[in-house]
Amino acid sequence: MAVTALGSTEVVRPSVRRRRLEDERWLALVLLMPTAILLGLFIAYPFFEGVMLSLSSARVGDPGEFVWFKNFVKLWHDSIFWTAVWNTFWYTAVTTVFKLGLGLWLALLLNRHFRGKAIVRAFVLLPFIIPTVLSTFAWKWMFDPTFSVINWSLFKLGLISARINWLGDADLAMTSIMIVNIWRGVPFFAISLLAGLQTISPELNEAAAIDGARPWNRFWYVTWPLLLPVTMVVMLFSVIQTFADFQLVYVMTGGGPANATHLFATYAYQIGIVSGLLSEGAAVSLAMFPFLFVIVVAQLLYIRRVEVR
Amino acid sequence: MANTKRRSVIKLAGSAAAVASTGMAGILASGRTPAYAQTKTVHWLRWVDFVPASDQLMTKVLMPEAEKDLGIKIKFETVNGNDLQPRATAAIQSGSGPDLIQAFNNNTYIYANSVVDLTDLAEELGKREGGIYKYCRAFASDGKMFMSMPWAVIGGMIAYRKSWFDEVGVTSFPKTWVEYREAAKKLKAKGHPIGQTLGHTFGDAPTFTYPYLWSWGGKEVEADGKTVALNSKETVESVKFLQGFWKDGCDEGALAWDDTNNNRAFLSQTISATLNGASIYIETLRKPDQYQTEKGTPMNKDILHAPLPAGPAGQFGMHLNQSDMLMKYSKNQDAAKEFLKWIHAEKNYERWFVSQKGFATPPTARWETHKVWDEDPVMAPFKVAAKLGQTPGYAGLPNQKAAEALSKYIITDMYAKAAQGMAPEEAVKWAESELKKIYSA
Repeated sequence: MAVTALGSTEVVRPSVRRRRLEDERWLALVLLMPTAILLGLFIAYPFFEGVMLSLSSARVGDPGEFVWFKNFVKLWHDSIFWTAVWNTFWYTAVTTVFKLGLGLWLALLLNRHFRGKAIVRAFVLLPFIIPTVLSTFAWKWMFDPTFSVINWSLFKLGLISARINWLGDADLAMTSIMIVNIWRGVPFFAISLLAGLQTISPELNEAAAIDGARPWNRFWYVTWPLLLPVTMVVMLFSVIQTFADFQLVYVMTGGGPANATHLFATYAYQIGIVSGLLSEGAAVSLAMFPFLFVIVVAQLLYIRRVEVR
Repeated sequence: MANTKRRSVIKLAGSAAAVASTGMAGILASGRTPAYAQTKTVHWLRWVDFVPASDQLMTKVLMPEAEKDLGIKIKFETVNGNDLQPRATAAIQSGSGPDLIQAFNNNTYIYANSVVDLTDLAEELGKREGGIYKYCRAFASDGKMFMSMPWAVIGGMIAYRKSWFDEVGVTSFPKTWVEYREAAKKLKAKGHPIGQTLGHTFGDAPTFTYPYLWSWGGKEVEADGKTVALNSKETVESVKFLQGFWKDGCDEGALAWDDTNNNRAFLSQTISATLNGASIYIETLRKPDQYQTEKGTPMNKDILHAPLPAGPAGQFGMHLNQSDMLMKYSKNQDAAKEFLKWIHAEKNYERWFVSQKGFATPPTARWETHKVWDEDPVMAPFKVAAKLGQTPGYAGLPNQKAAEALSKYIITDMYAKAAQGMAPEEAVKWAESELKKIYSA
């Protein structure tokens, strides 16, 4: 009996592997591993390769040699590059402001109760759902210098007497691509902000109304502060996407006329892929990184401040 | 559960047994690899032809015949001409893609490290067909090797509406730029401007801007191929003149047109003249009922072709040169070479050439006497297009640096900037600095 009792109370020592996993540090490492491998393979490695490419003299079919920062020095003296830098900032800033304004307005309207609300909400998403290249081609036709339906309509309404050169004039071409970007981006803002609005308890607004707050005050002092964290996250996503935009400009203007609408991505493509100067193209792409990094860090810090408040 | 018939099981087992019994022994006895392993595929990437009938001929007649004759599979793919360079770059870097890729002009020099030498095939073609034109040879060969197989030249001529020119008192096509500007001014006043792109597009933009520059005496570099010589009195004069020409006589919406826009504008009667291949005229021949003048007559009876006018330094042309590169990464190089030989054989190439109706001029002298050129006098100016072209990079060679300048559209942008209002001296200075970056690297 005594022997049996002793045998049944003997502590079975767990295996080394299991003991390791019981240690939180090891467990965390194991759990993080799949994500780390994925990020390493698909983000860190291409990024590292991109950096190495930008520091070389590689051309298509020629690996080139290590040239330190020669490509970046060349970019510094490249007037088209600085046009692309300015364009990217201008394009991102203007479109983000409009997308936020119109998206918020639309979200507030969609947050009301009306007949056919679900259908309207689905339709609002259309510009965001249609593949960008397809919708941009449709816009390209609408802005076509010769066959523009916009010009035709304005002409028929008696508002213009000569054709508006939408894509042939530098400023108008930039305006045109901004219009398309805003058209495409507003639904994303509207739906995301609508989701944010629906998390705000109606009682708060009702209480404010009972206290005599007018609609604008209710929005400004109740809705807006509560919506701010969502708004900042939506803006963060939008800024990153807009800053690195490619397909819209590529289809509409190809960066023209005379390089007037190039963004970072389209210029990098023009240099690296079309002209075959891979290292210089990589340098243009990477030049986007510090700018974007500063913007994103500033936004994330602001989001944290808003959340702590 | 799906029903399986007894008979089909026996059939399947029988065929499996046959394969097993002949198996290795059968393969060894025949001395050949099994048929399924022999079928090689040659992937040929080309532009979407501006003569649709030619692409149809390729896909429906010539490619199936080639497959039958050569015992290979052919994947014939067409893309917009502006997408050929990105496709070539991506394929080379990834080490896989089409076996044969069409190259425009001196793009061949950009990919020179990644192509197979086709000297044997090209020289044999030249010998057989009375010699390859100097213009086509300069694009395909760097003097050491043939980077590509010359295919054709798409002659660039001004297509114009005869009746509209007559209406403004211009009964024969202007010989000089000054005369052309005068005519354009009158035409624009009547609502029929000239349509000329200055956009980033492979054909109609550079084939206008380069010969225009040369005709004023401007050039990118000296004959040494190193000294950038763009910033000259002649170039500045050419830019100044273009500013006036653009404002006085051109459709200002054309600044960012691609190669298809001017075709549509001409066919819809919004412009009176445009530098183009013969595709506009050929399209009006194909659909005479659809394309009619404002008087209700067939438009094709009102279209003529003329070369670009002359400037103070003479008259020049630059025509879109096409050739096919056999890529080094290709695992089917022998099959691709066999295919090139097949498609360039006279009986095969001729059918394609005839379908072009003169839109394409072959790269060898022999075709100058072909009956295609006698069938339609409107197409006659295209006959000698490949004979008269001058290559980009002039007065140097059309080498890799010249190709880089061309693919960056520097000369075209110089004129586009001026058309947008930049001072001519500034525009020339900008282009000069861009060229210096290329030629000093």
